[in-house]
Amino acid sequence: MVVSAYTLRGNTGDWEVVVGLEVHAQVTSNAKLFSGAATEFGAEPNTQVSLVDAAMPGMLPVPNRECIRQAVRTGMAIDAQINTWSRFDRKNYFYADLPQGYQISQLYHPLVGEGAIDISLDEKNPDASGKRIGVERIHVEQDAGKLMHDQHPTRSYVDLNRSGVALMEIVSKPDLASPAEAGAYLRKLRAILRYVGSCDGNMEEGSMRADVNVSVRRPGEPLGTRTETKNVNSVRFVMAVVEQEAKRQIEVIEDGGKIVQETRLYDPDRNETRSMRSKEDAHDYRYFPDPDLLPLELDQAFLDECRASLPELPDAKRARYEALGVTPYHAAVLTAEVENARWFDSLLETGAKPVAAANWVTSELFGALNRLGKDIGSSPITPDGAAELLALVADGTLSGSLAKQVFEIMLETGQGAGAVVEERGLKQTSDTGEIEKVIANVMAANADKVADYRGGKDKLFGFFVGQTMKAMGGKANPGVVNDLLKTALG
Amino acid sequence: MTELTNLGVAAIRDGVREGTFSAREVAEAFNANVAKAKVLNAFLVETPDHALAAADAADAARAAGETPKPLAGVPIGMKDLFCTKGVPSTAASLILEGFTPPYESTVSGKLWDAGAGMLGKLNMDQFAMGSSNETSAFGNVISPWRRNDGGNAALAPGGSSGGSSAAIAARLCPAATGTDTGGSIRQPAAFVGISGIKPTYGRCSRWGVVAFASSLDQAGPMARDVRDCAIMLEAMSGFDPKDATSLDLAVPKWEAGLSGDLRGKRIGIPKEYRVDNMPAEIDALWQQGIAWAKDAGAEIVEVSLPHTKYALPAYYIIAPAEASSNLARYDGVRYGLRDLPEGAGLQDMYAATRAAGFGPEVKRRIMIGTYVLSAGFYDAYFTQASKVRALIARDFDRAWEQCDLLLTPTAPSAAFALGEKSADPIAMYLNDVFTVPSSLAGLPAMSVPGGLDSNGLPLGLQIIGKALDEQGVLNAGLALEERAGFTARAEAWW
Repeated sequence: MVVSAYTLRGNTGDWEVVVGLEVHAQVTSNAKLFSGAATEFGAEPNTQVSLVDAAMPGMLPVPNRECIRQAVRTGMAIDAQINTWSRFDRKNYFYADLPQGYQISQLYHPLVGEGAIDISLDEKNPDASGKRIGVERIHVEQDAGKLMHDQHPTRSYVDLNRSGVALMEIVSKPDLASPAEAGAYLRKLRAILRYVGSCDGNMEEGSMRADVNVSVRRPGEPLGTRTETKNVNSVRFVMAVVEQEAKRQIEVIEDGGKIVQETRLYDPDRNETRSMRSKEDAHDYRYFPDPDLLPLELDQAFLDECRASLPELPDAKRARYEALGVTPYHAAVLTAEVENARWFDSLLETGAKPVAAANWVTSELFGALNRLGKDIGSSPITPDGAAELLALVADGTLSGSLAKQVFEIMLETGQGAGAVVEERGLKQTSDTGEIEKVIANVMAANADKVADYRGGKDKLFGFFVGQTMKAMGGKANPGVVNDLLKTALG
Repeated sequence: MTELTNLGVAAIRDGVREGTFSAREVAEAFNANVAKAKVLNAFLVETPDHALAAADAADAARAAGETPKPLAGVPIGMKDLFCTKGVPSTAASLILEGFTPPYESTVSGKLWDAGAGMLGKLNMDQFAMGSSNETSAFGNVISPWRRNDGGNAALAPGGSSGGSSAAIAARLCPAATGTDTGGSIRQPAAFVGISGIKPTYGRCSRWGVVAFASSLDQAGPMARDVRDCAIMLEAMSGFDPKDATSLDLAVPKWEAGLSGDLRGKRIGIPKEYRVDNMPAEIDALWQQGIAWAKDAGAEIVEVSLPHTKYALPAYYIIAPAEASSNLARYDGVRYGLRDLPEGAGLQDMYAATRAAGFGPEVKRRIMIGTYVLSAGFYDAYFTQASKVRALIARDFDRAWEQCDLLLTPTAPSAAFALGEKSADPIAMYLNDVFTVPSSLAGLPAMSVPGGLDSNGLPLGLQIIGKALDEQGVLNAGLALEERAGFTARAEAWW
């Protein structure tokens, strides 16, 4: 299954792009991976640093169980192999953002092995063919601190607030073949993380960032030399990196040059990647098992607890909605963000009819929120409030157009649907006698059109519906109006 | 009351409990001895007030009729590898000169909780790397012992816990903490005629102890006899949630369990410990130790630890590898020395700081460690050494099928003169040949004094036990101690 045959045309022919992503996702936890220090975003520099994080002499790391639990749950959510025996390694290199002089990571025995994520190129269009992207591994590691050494002639400025924060490094296989696939993968991964609750997926705050590995090749040829563009912090930028880096590489090769395996960074202002450091000073990281830590051994009870705590995941939720009759499109829209799906689930729990509810949420509610610049979390309408409104539609109290009016008033006033209907008399009427009277008046006032209709101008039917509804202030039951008009017009 | 400094831990504890003398008298007596013995260079920092405060607290508690704490009234020396709150802790290095930790290591904290007071921070080999105390950045410790040849050669007190060994032997403290990575408690204990035990890896928390080689480092006590070691070890041991390698086990009552009766015990004599060029005197002492063990009722069996000869090379790969990583944190950024040459960048600052802050032996081990961990050599050295380590541990496991304890010499020679081996690192490393295998296997091991060599210098015997069998080790140590009747001590010349 190939989502798209994405190729780039160079001067000498077509090129394929091969992409792999290493996503660093900050684990949602109150404390760092190996210390009790807090992990809150945006705190004053060096206010969330324990003696361990500052690598004071004699300080030792102690694994934070919650961070391990979150990584295991994430692995389970992508159907990955969970390694019941894993081990932390030290990755040694000198840099002042790394107070210990090494990062505690996992190289030889990661916590999570192979898994996969299903993507669809057009997430809103379930008919588009899907693709399964392999995940090589997820390992747990510490984040580094922030370092500035160009702020003062003789001093280094170091902020260790992030130092030691738990990260999951989620490494994809080089299965992505276009900017769109890279974007779809990242969005899907982000959705899964947020469903699981293991990472808030907030790319602006750096909770999630990607290293983008890109290479190009002629169709059918072996993999080319790749470059790694570090710390890309939005889906849009990741897609841009794939495109720009692929174009750059093609140009270099077609000009007779060679791609150097190197680390690059992305400059969003110029929309280009730049070399960060060359191969010559590439680090020899000197990995070895961390002697301060025993291997991690997970027992069955822990694994069972992790699995039992997993929520319904996006794909399963989407399938469930579709089984309830919700259109694939609506199901896709409703499950793309976990908060939306949770809101919709609450609405379903009230007994709301799934199809009508899905229609209403995706069009009316999302439209209104969009207009108001709000997200579902700050929606002025609660699922119970929506349920009340939908029930009034279902029992015929409100027509579609009345429901829209009522909804607008609810947004403005915060009143419940029933109260709005009562107070403003916006109830739909199905009183055939009243409607028949109005129809008679409309027909009398438009005798010429009645004649035209009866003479074969079928399209005029809508005109009579409109006139009748208008005369009734929009409150007539449209179905009843239709039926009565058909009879009256013969 | 000059005799107070001749008392050991148990005698001081009991005397203070019984009111024979006050804790303050004890502290004052040892403080005075410390002040007089500066020429030995055993203490890097003297903390007489700490000792006095603990003593006064002990005296006050006694006056109030409170249950005495296990070490109430006992002043001790603290190896400078232990971080002590508010007291400079340098691991005898320039790079940490002036560093005063705002925290207390778990082990030192436990000792203060047990009522002990601190006489000061003891000199040592820099970052615990060395076997002679010559790698201290603040000058070597001089052993209180002298050869009986009429010469005045200054002798090594052993290492790395050389300040601890010298201070106890010179009666500057009744007991001290040590740390043992490859023999750093046992070898210096043997060199000065005292006892020292390295417990099972994980018994004593490493939290707050400046790391040398994390998978090997283990704190332990050094004292004048086996009972005192047992008392100290009880106070130092115990689970610490702040150390992920700490053993979550209750601490046995080792002192109460002491017995020199070895009937029913099988003591193994590993044939591979009979190394080339071993001095006849060492071998003779070993035979004597075997005779004492038999006398105490033990059955002697010859056992084989076939991978012994690979222990030292494996150790000198693993320990430097871990050290090179553990010492990376001393970079001039957050604390300690910072050497910033004119116009230097970050990398230059690192280089200058580390060049100035580390001594030659530390640098040598950082270089070795960095080399054996680097990508192209990792498998050839570190992986191989790790396999050897596993084989050595298996050797011990097999030996335990035949015996309960092992008896060996502690060191291949008596104390050597300062400067005698410092030019030859390999010769220096060979000092650890008998102590390293049990370190690699994480087993409890102890050195007790066995006798004197022809130069009148102490020689030690080593007992190695199964994991967690500190009691067995201490009991065998006691059996040997009772029979050796070792009373020799260094004449005070300082």
